[in-house]
Amino acid sequence: MSLVRIPPTLRTATGGEKRVEVAGTTVREVVSALVVAYPGLEAQLIGQDGDLNPFVNAFLNDTDIRHLEGLDTPVGDRDTLSLLPAMAGG
Amino acid sequence: MAIETRPSAVATPPPTADARILGMICRNCRRAQPIGLSYVCAACFGPLEVQYDYGVAARTFTREAIAARPPGIWRYAELLPLEVPPVRGLPVGSTPLTTADRLGPVLGIERLWLKDDTRNPSLSFKDRAVAVAAARAVEFGVEALACASTGNLAGATAAAAAAVGLPAYVFIPADLEPAKVDQALAYGATVVPVDGTYDDVNRLCLEIADETGWGFVNINLRPFYAEGSKTLAYEIAESLGWRSPDVVVAPVASGAMFTRLARGFEELVELGLIESRPLRFVGGQAAGCAPVATAWAAGTDVIEPVREPDTIVRSLAIGNPADGRYAVQLANESGGSIEAIEDVTTAEAIRDVARLEGIYPETAGGVTLAAAAAARRRGVIRPGDEVVALLTGNGLKTPDARWLGATVGTLDGGRVGPGQPGLTPVIRPSLSAFEAWLEGGAA
Repeated sequence: MSLVRIPPTLRTATGGEKRVEVAGTTVREVVSALVVAYPGLEAQLIGQDGDLNPFVNAFLNDTDIRHLEGLDTPVGDRDTLSLLPAMAGG
Repeated sequence: MAIETRPSAVATPPPTADARILGMICRNCRRAQPIGLSYVCAACFGPLEVQYDYGVAARTFTREAIAARPPGIWRYAELLPLEVPPVRGLPVGSTPLTTADRLGPVLGIERLWLKDDTRNPSLSFKDRAVAVAAARAVEFGVEALACASTGNLAGATAAAAAAVGLPAYVFIPADLEPAKVDQALAYGATVVPVDGTYDDVNRLCLEIADETGWGFVNINLRPFYAEGSKTLAYEIAESLGWRSPDVVVAPVASGAMFTRLARGFEELVELGLIESRPLRFVGGQAAGCAPVATAWAAGTDVIEPVREPDTIVRSLAIGNPADGRYAVQLANESGGSIEAIEDVTTAEAIRDVARLEGIYPETAGGVTLAAAAAARRRGVIRPGDEVVALLTGNGLKTPDARWLGATVGTLDGGRVGPGQPGLTPVIRPSLSAFEAWLEGGAA
């Protein structure tokens, strides 16, 4: 099981949980399992094309998955996935 | 230090029928929510922005009323997201718009104006955004003001926090320019260097903001912070006698200021203070970190993040710009462009504007001026266009940057001595020594 860190905006859907454990061997599988476990997250996380919503950035062990293999990035049992709003400004 | 978990949203009462500020609305799905210390739409994760009733604003926002007000950003209070201007804060804004008749020909632009934001209180345009964010932070009762910074925001946040009496926590990439770090320290901020890029710092601060409830000006105060940049547009229009130019050229880092400039001009049209006429927006990025310019050139608004920025232009080194797609859309819809500028060209532009106009900008200003020249060569800027270029930060913050690629004009053949580059050799304090130096070709 890998760990997913849940930001406050999404915690209503996880019953207030900050961290949840879900199974999956890629980021795509982890996100899919997360949405199955917490259906309230689907509208926020998944875009119309079935990929991650463009306003969501996913980080595997603090590295942006776009710098890895995107949704196909392999995920191990000890990995942590963080879901954060796309937000930056100098 | 233990981090206490605090509520992430502090809501104010709902607006009355006569309210100028209606609340916040998601830029993506248009869902409304009350004003509070929040920045992300609960429904779709999109960015929140402040929504105004322009009819209410228009009742008091007239050219005559504004002319009678004191200088500074609060002369445009009807279009800023506070019910009343703050009691405490730094004097920000009302910076000069000056003609650049000597620099213009060098860039190939006949009618060039420079918006000189090098002279705000902490020496950059960020004072505008932070003034608004800090005022809201005080209202929300946050324990501390904080930011993730590429440098200019560090100084602005630290200075504003000092002025309003809040502790400041400033998170920066560990290898940031020393002058910027020292400035934040001088204002009494706690400066936290982070071993990573700006985007690493920003990601960390997103998580810290969520857990602490501190007021991060560019994260959980962002809907208010972003509004402050609109004052650049208001000031440009007012300085031009209440009209817009043909082209505005500005640096693009996150893209927030670039897009809010356009919003500012649109609001002035909506309120009848300026006429609606075509206005092109040209953005500048450093070639070593140009995710927005790259997307624009490729004809897409999907931004591919840059993992390892490689540029002297640290103030624009955001590899993962939140408003990048909106910046591309603005350039396209307005008939503008987003230009990528090599560092040597940036340094040359800094030297040119300093020696020809007496204004010394930091690296982002060099990028902006070089972007104006590039847009002129591309034909986006046309002969006779009236162009306003934004110089958003002061060169004293990036003191070594301008030397890149320079041939130093010293008497001994360009050799840079042990002291400051560009200086003549040291002379003895005697008239004969001076005369000998002068005869040697100094003049």
